[in-house]
Amino acid sequence: MIITLLFYVFAAVLIGSATMVVSARNPVHSVLFLILSFFNAAALFLIAGAEFLAMTLVIVYVGAVAVLFLFVVMMLDIDFAQLRSGFQRYMPVGALVGAVLFIELMMVVGGWKLAPEMTKVALSPTPSNVSNTVALGRILYTDYVFLFQASGAVLLVAMIGAIVLTLRDRQTSRHQSIRVQTERTPGETLELVSVGVGAGVKAGDIRRPKVPELEHAGHGDHGHGGHGHDGHGHGHGGNGHGGHGHGH
Amino acid sequence: MIDVSLGHYLVVSAILLVLGVFGIFLNRKNIIVILMAIELILLAVNLNLVAFSAALNDLAGQVLAMLVLTVAAAEAAIGLAIVVIYFRNRGSIQVEDVNLMKG
Repeated sequence: MIITLLFYVFAAVLIGSATMVVSARNPVHSVLFLILSFFNAAALFLIAGAEFLAMTLVIVYVGAVAVLFLFVVMMLDIDFAQLRSGFQRYMPVGALVGAVLFIELMMVVGGWKLAPEMTKVALSPTPSNVSNTVALGRILYTDYVFLFQASGAVLLVAMIGAIVLTLRDRQTSRHQSIRVQTERTPGETLELVSVGVGAGVKAGDIRRPKVPELEHAGHGDHGHGGHGHDGHGHGHGGNGHGGHGHGH
Repeated sequence: MIDVSLGHYLVVSAILLVLGVFGIFLNRKNIIVILMAIELILLAVNLNLVAFSAALNDLAGQVLAMLVLTVAAAEAAIGLAIVVIYFRNRGSIQVEDVNLMKG
């Protein structure tokens, strides 16, 4: 009895917030109503007995997807007024298509009967003595392991795709190139100088570090980074000298 | 109020699906609301699968619902990444200009 009441409450809030998702003026409100819809759908899943899926819905859908939507909506500068134009124009067609779809679905729901022997041909019958999570774990990694791995591959591709699309390689950031560093030979870095007695090493260019040959075609900023890192070994004196040298 | 049966769940799922489709029709210019309407459609499908899984005592419905959830999350991520770089290049999310590559 109480469960029936709860079902109606959650279903009503779910449908109400779904309506607000598609008709809210402000996209941030839409995302917040979407989050509310997901929570109510998770509650409906709980009433149906799918507790693992309900919690997964909250963790993945609300915790990741809806938060991602919120980030993007808040990051982009959206002009609300222009986005709402055409609302009135497309409403009749949209309402007609929606009504036809709904009537077809109601015809299916109303005129359909469940054959009594269908419960015996279940693909993976629900065991009654273990919890939902245990039961799902038993079949997901055994019977459906191929689909499980395939969904992992889908997620991997999606992650790589999103990173490749949005990553901006900053040209001004200096980073190490390990290859350049490990290819450095002692001949490039050390120079043995014989100095006269009492002469000191300030004579001439001896204080300057030896600059390795800059590589061409695409390694320009790596060479720059390498030079910067070579100069860093001498403190700021090397770079300062280099700057003064260029100035003159 | 009668007991909650499969039919109740299917009606709720049907209404959600229709709301999602209607949302795509209404918000043709707002790409983010279109993506959210697609998420609503996928939620309706998940609700349908879970309802049938409960009615037929078959866990395959819940496994399929989990896979649909996975694909929905991946598709939302890629769709939003595309919106972000479109905005980065154009300065607005007027997606009517997306046909610039059309021959």
